[in-house]
Amino acid sequence: MVEEKDKVKGGVITGLQAFRDEVITKYPKKVAKKRAKSIVLSDPEQIPEIQANVRTIPGIITQRGCTYAGCKGVVLGPTRDIVNITHGPIGCGFYSWLTRRNQTKPVSGEEANFIPYCFSTDMQDSNIVFGGEEKLKQAIREAYELFHPKAIAIFSTCPVGLIGDDVHRVARHMMEEIGGGINIFGFSCEGYRGVSQSAGHHIANNGLFKNLIGRDDEVRGSLKYRVNLLGEYNIGGDAFELERLFEKCGINLVATFSGNSTIESFENAHTADLNMVMCHRSINYVAEMMETAFGIPWIKVQPIGARSTAKMLRKIARYFGEQELIDKVEEVVAGEMAEVDAVKATIYPKTQGKLSMLFVGGSRAHHYQDLFEELGMTTIAAGYEFGHRDDYEGRRVIPSIQIDADSRNIEEITVGRDATRYNPRKTEEELKVLEEDLEFAEYKGIMNQMEKGTLVIDDLSHYEMEKLIERYHPDVFCAGIKEKFCVQKMGVPLKQLHNYDVGGPYAGFKGAINFYKDIEMMVGATIWKEIKAPWESEAYIEAQYAY
Amino acid sequence: MRKIAIYGKGGIGKSTTTQNTVAGLVEMGRKVMVVGCDPKADSTRLLLHGLAQKTVLDTLRDEGEDVELEDVLKAGFRNTSCVESGGPEPGVGCAGRGIITSINLLEQLGAYDADKELDYVFYDVLGDVVCGGFAMPIRDGKAQEVYIVCSGEMMAMYAANNICKSISKFGKVGDVRLGGLICNSRKVDNEANMIQEFARKLGTQMIHFIPRDNMVQHAEINRKTVIDHAPEHPQADEYRTLARKIDGNTMHVIPTPLEMQELEDLLVGFGILN
Repeated sequence: MVEEKDKVKGGVITGLQAFRDEVITKYPKKVAKKRAKSIVLSDPEQIPEIQANVRTIPGIITQRGCTYAGCKGVVLGPTRDIVNITHGPIGCGFYSWLTRRNQTKPVSGEEANFIPYCFSTDMQDSNIVFGGEEKLKQAIREAYELFHPKAIAIFSTCPVGLIGDDVHRVARHMMEEIGGGINIFGFSCEGYRGVSQSAGHHIANNGLFKNLIGRDDEVRGSLKYRVNLLGEYNIGGDAFELERLFEKCGINLVATFSGNSTIESFENAHTADLNMVMCHRSINYVAEMMETAFGIPWIKVQPIGARSTAKMLRKIARYFGEQELIDKVEEVVAGEMAEVDAVKATIYPKTQGKLSMLFVGGSRAHHYQDLFEELGMTTIAAGYEFGHRDDYEGRRVIPSIQIDADSRNIEEITVGRDATRYNPRKTEEELKVLEEDLEFAEYKGIMNQMEKGTLVIDDLSHYEMEKLIERYHPDVFCAGIKEKFCVQKMGVPLKQLHNYDVGGPYAGFKGAINFYKDIEMMVGATIWKEIKAPWESEAYIEAQYAY
Repeated sequence: MRKIAIYGKGGIGKSTTTQNTVAGLVEMGRKVMVVGCDPKADSTRLLLHGLAQKTVLDTLRDEGEDVELEDVLKAGFRNTSCVESGGPEPGVGCAGRGIITSINLLEQLGAYDADKELDYVFYDVLGDVVCGGFAMPIRDGKAQEVYIVCSGEMMAMYAANNICKSISKFGKVGDVRLGGLICNSRKVDNEANMIQEFARKLGTQMIHFIPRDNMVQHAEINRKTVIDHAPEHPQADEYRTLARKIDGNTMHVIPTPLEMQELEDLLVGFGILN
């Protein structure tokens, strides 16, 4: 463990190279060779290559999830008015039921909200043997009779792929049988399909584009400042805070993919004039497809952290370029920042100089570093569970990413210009002028931001995690439920960034305040010093027999 | 009770050989149960004089979990117990899982219990070992003794060699053993010698050579085994001999499957050059 006085950033960071090398030597030769490529030291000046999005080594105890989890759990799950049916054994449905704390707020009491429900075909042995298509049809009939939803989505689990049930054919069949304009579509998102949940995101993106986006041309609401927010899943109410800010600024949010969202908003999303990508990993495909098909430019935004949120709002104002919006945004930012700064001033002295580590998601490990920076904390090690090389090194490396068999396993759809609805929102010249400030279709990756010499690890193994904690004893460790209690038993508080434990929202300005306060509580708590049992800290307890 | 599984390439005559041999065994006074492990459910047709059998999986699907042994067990030629595991129609679901389900159900229902006083259980398994489900009869001690039906044709020997691979795999961790090869003649040149040599290389024996005879076809058209249809015919005696040999067989080995090259050399040496 590092002594308090040694916890000077510089000292810690210089030791990371030796730490990395030492960890790798403990692995068997073949494993070491593979892990060495996934553990690198960051250097923003000369970003190194990292191995990512490759198969996990069995037995290293990965943080990763499955393809089904990425498709149903992450991308489609937060939409309230789709009946999401898990076609498979009951466990898959049950363990993906509300675990990410996605919130939603129906506009009225009558509006459909299926988020609290868990729909599953509950496959039994005989459905495996004789095929589950009939049971799936029956499930769709029942769901329709009970809820009359506008759309039903079917998610395939592992056994469905193994026995060859054709969920797409069932979807088409049931769409005809039920009729009345219901939209039914399936996803071949069997859990084993990719190396992580990332494959599921891609499959979900394709499905969103094929089955939902662009089905409804009616322009609702204001014609001004129409934007979509992509890759925001309303965990702990994040979307509510961002919606509040957009409304305050007069920005018209057409669709969010998919926090607090509805089918109508998806079908209508192509009427927006700007796409903003928050979680690059899980949704960049939709942004690209919408740009190709409809001519909507996209920018990467990061509304996590007060400064970054302000930056996002200013980017939107710059994009639309109208003085009215620019002034309004400045006014809102000034007001919100005053509140944020007031809270930060009291908390900063208590968090300054502390260390954090983030191993979560495919964007979150990057985004939350902004919040820690605002608290004066340093992230000395970070990495993604399911990021690709572009999430680490920036999109410039995309052409050089090797397509392996696992990626080929995922359907790649080709999108062309929409014959009638393609409409470039800005001219080439206008885009050129804006490029410097907005950086269209660009994401520079996590390593662009991390200090030189800090540690970047893809698909962190349990061993690496234990060693990191033993050696550096960070003040807070950010990951998920699978890591939470292991880390806390080692005396380090763990903040879950998949579901925020019970906290949130952490996005936007109010979210930043919430995060400051939660982190202040965690790093300031003395309870973690008491984690050892009395007999571990005291040599022994003497006693005498009393006769 | 001896538990025997019959494997072999598709179309080699596993079901025909099994049922004719079983007829020989019951003639000797043995009590036998035949479990068909093929979704086509035609493994007991000759013993039952037709496809009158409702399969285990169909019954399970219709009746739910409430299945009685009588629902799936039919008495055939001289009181042989006949069961068909059944399975999905081609191209749907998972037939392998079906075999697992139905064998588990039979165990649960006590089909193998001591009060049934069975001397033999025969599992007649579809084709090559295609997936874990079809290997079920040789896993977990369901069958201890395997006979492979083959001929001097190349693909039949390939298949036999593959089956030996899975027996040697499961044999190392369980008690399944190879009892021998049954050569169901296709009138290939030098067939008996070649299969004998093949068996020797596998570390087993060619337990019997069944000559090709049209009487098997005749009996089959009449939905009967040869012993049932034409008891006096010499072909009936061939099956009686095979039944006797199996009854007295004590050679149970873990086979040593051949490398591809070795197998091809064998075929060249016996099949083509002579």
